[in-house]
Amino acid sequence: MKNPIAGGAGSAARVEVALPHSGAVRRRRALERLLENERLLAFALLTPTVVLLGAFIAYPFVMGVWFSLSSISVGNPAEFVGLKNFVKAWNDSIFRTAFWNTTFYTFWATIFKLALGMWLAIILNRHFRGKRLVRASMLLPFIIPTVLSTFAWRWMFDPTFSVLNWTLYTAGMIVTKLPFLSNGDWALWCAIVVNTWRGMPFFAITLLAGLQTINTDLHEAASLDGANGWKRFWHVTWPLLKPVTVVVVVFSIIQTFSDFQLIYVLTGGGPANSTHLLATYAYQIGVATGLLGEGAAISLFMLPVLFLVVWVQLRYLRRLEGA
Amino acid sequence: MANQGDRMQRRTFLKAAGVAGIVAAGRAPAFAQGTKLHIVRWVDFIPEADVELKRQAPEASKALGAEVTFEFINANDLQPRITAAIQSGSGADIIQMLWNWPQLYANALVDVSDVAEPIGKAQGGYYDVFNASAKVGGKWLAVPHGCGGNAVAYRRSWFNEIGVKEFPKTWDEYREVGKKLKAKGKPIGQALGHSFGDPPVFSYAFLWDFGGAEVDASGKKVAINSKGTLESVKFLQAFWKDACDEGGLAWDDTNNNRAFHAGELSATLNGASIYIVAKRQKDKIKDEKGEPLFQDIEHAALMPKGPAGQFALYLPFQHSVMKYSKNQKLAKDFLKWLHQDANYGKWFEVNEGYSVGAAKKWEDHPMWARVDKPLQVFRQAARLTRAFGHPGPASAKATESYTKYVIVDMYAKAVQGMKAEDAVKWAEGELKKIYEG
Repeated sequence: MKNPIAGGAGSAARVEVALPHSGAVRRRRALERLLENERLLAFALLTPTVVLLGAFIAYPFVMGVWFSLSSISVGNPAEFVGLKNFVKAWNDSIFRTAFWNTTFYTFWATIFKLALGMWLAIILNRHFRGKRLVRASMLLPFIIPTVLSTFAWRWMFDPTFSVLNWTLYTAGMIVTKLPFLSNGDWALWCAIVVNTWRGMPFFAITLLAGLQTINTDLHEAASLDGANGWKRFWHVTWPLLKPVTVVVVVFSIIQTFSDFQLIYVLTGGGPANSTHLLATYAYQIGVATGLLGEGAAISLFMLPVLFLVVWVQLRYLRRLEGA
Repeated sequence: MANQGDRMQRRTFLKAAGVAGIVAAGRAPAFAQGTKLHIVRWVDFIPEADVELKRQAPEASKALGAEVTFEFINANDLQPRITAAIQSGSGADIIQMLWNWPQLYANALVDVSDVAEPIGKAQGGYYDVFNASAKVGGKWLAVPHGCGGNAVAYRRSWFNEIGVKEFPKTWDEYREVGKKLKAKGKPIGQALGHSFGDPPVFSYAFLWDFGGAEVDASGKKVAINSKGTLESVKFLQAFWKDACDEGGLAWDDTNNNRAFHAGELSATLNGASIYIVAKRQKDKIKDEKGEPLFQDIEHAALMPKGPAGQFALYLPFQHSVMKYSKNQKLAKDFLKWLHQDANYGKWFEVNEGYSVGAAKKWEDHPMWARVDKPLQVFRQAARLTRAFGHPGPASAKATESYTKYVIVDMYAKAVQGMKAEDAVKWAEGELKKIYEG
């Protein structure tokens, strides 16, 4: 393309033709300057994210906080009541049961998921025939929608038609049915088993990714120095895997502590509230009973606990990285 | 550009076409074209009842000049759906309300007295339970639709085998019978988990049988910690161990149906669905001799008598028009249409007694002469029931107690080993927070 101002000084007609072109150039340069402005570019790039986070995270969170401080119920307006809902929840024996259950459920499920996930990751890190197939199939519990897989577990634990009871009975290992879901303690442990089954692949696949970043030379060197399998794991693998493990555990605690679907489908919080978690109880109060304010207060009790856990773990992670 | 003459011609044409349409339809269209009416109901325990309503939808659409659609969802999901709809101000135009839910959602429901009153009057009057369940502050906030009765379904031959020719009259007798049946591996089944139907209908009626009650007649003072309640809890602890399938603690409303059909239970408190489904699937559901199971099922209209009498809690249900609906007039017209004898009667008949009418007129329907003897017990079922909160009003607080499963869990805790006194005290504490807090 011909440069419109390349001709130097010339006739008026040429100047007239050149002016719009020089304007376009100026505009383009202005635009370039605009795009090169890092502050503006950062603002433009961040805006969609900020809008999305604001609409789908900040707004519901702020509304949740407002609800928890109000007397709102379904179809009725909100009036500010201060911390009344929190005090009511704290004095509620079902809430205390749900809080204890949530802590117990999260603690044991996370321990089992970590131990079994680590074990699985170490096995899958070895070379064997069909390794890819096994790795892919291991993800199945994680891929199947929780509601569907929990329904399957519910059938397996069914008080009347449990395939587990039938198998154990047929094999002569039991004489009466095991009370999988009809005994409060059993039901909570059953929920922990299902959560472990479902969450273990997440641990395994993430830890496997961590394991693959560890240089094999380190293991070889340790072997040459006479370290056995356990010592190689404890002194080589584990220290190098700690940062990944901390991150996975943080994620898992957040997900498990706020678990809802699994309990809702498996037991509905029963028998006699023995499997209610904070999320299922908040739902029962907020949605089934229509007391949205009280329900919001119950669910917000999760926030300081999770905040504390995440803060401690991330501090630990920072220390590990600094070491 | 079209000239004035062209426009006039088009208008003339449109007018002529409109008139032709009205003539063809036989009446003027009442609502704007494309208007839709969305109704949400539970998935009925009698599938044919939903099929009948779906069949009626096009007829209603034609009669009302708007598209009527039914959506059927799990009964346990109705309340979440209602909450989401009210809070977002959008959703179905009409929603089925179970129990006394209109009390809970009163501010979000349209006054439908102009629909409910004439229907009730024309059909011999509504049963008393609907005053508690659908009327708030003297206004009908829902149009009563029906009532799901329940009865004890039991295996006649198994009872005969242990020398019992008729259903036990008292709880003590029932316990003795249950003991013998459980010893033979055929226990009584009772759901005591967290589910909307069977656990509360048993627990509340059982409490009343022994003279217990949540509150006094004012509905403001908690009265659960009484001699009657304590006796009922102690009795259930023994009854559960001696006579019941202890898996019932984990049951929802469908488990006892399946277990009964599979020949695992000798008796269970349920709606008519156990019998009706067994009969409609007689080729599949058979007894241990290979005979259709329904032939061996009897119904006892009420659970046995306790020290204070014999009571029942049946499930009233009604339809509410939502305040956020833009089609309130259409919704009311639909409810009038639904309750016309010809339309309602067809739905009523396919129920065969599982859901009985909301008004007394339906006790005289010819269907009752045709249905099997075990189903006859449901004919006057709706006359017998009490409502949540008895002897106080069936208020929103009574609903809160129900949705928190306080009465159900009092018994569930006790049969799991908690001391009867402690279980009652626990319930008292929870109820005080609800009613007196």
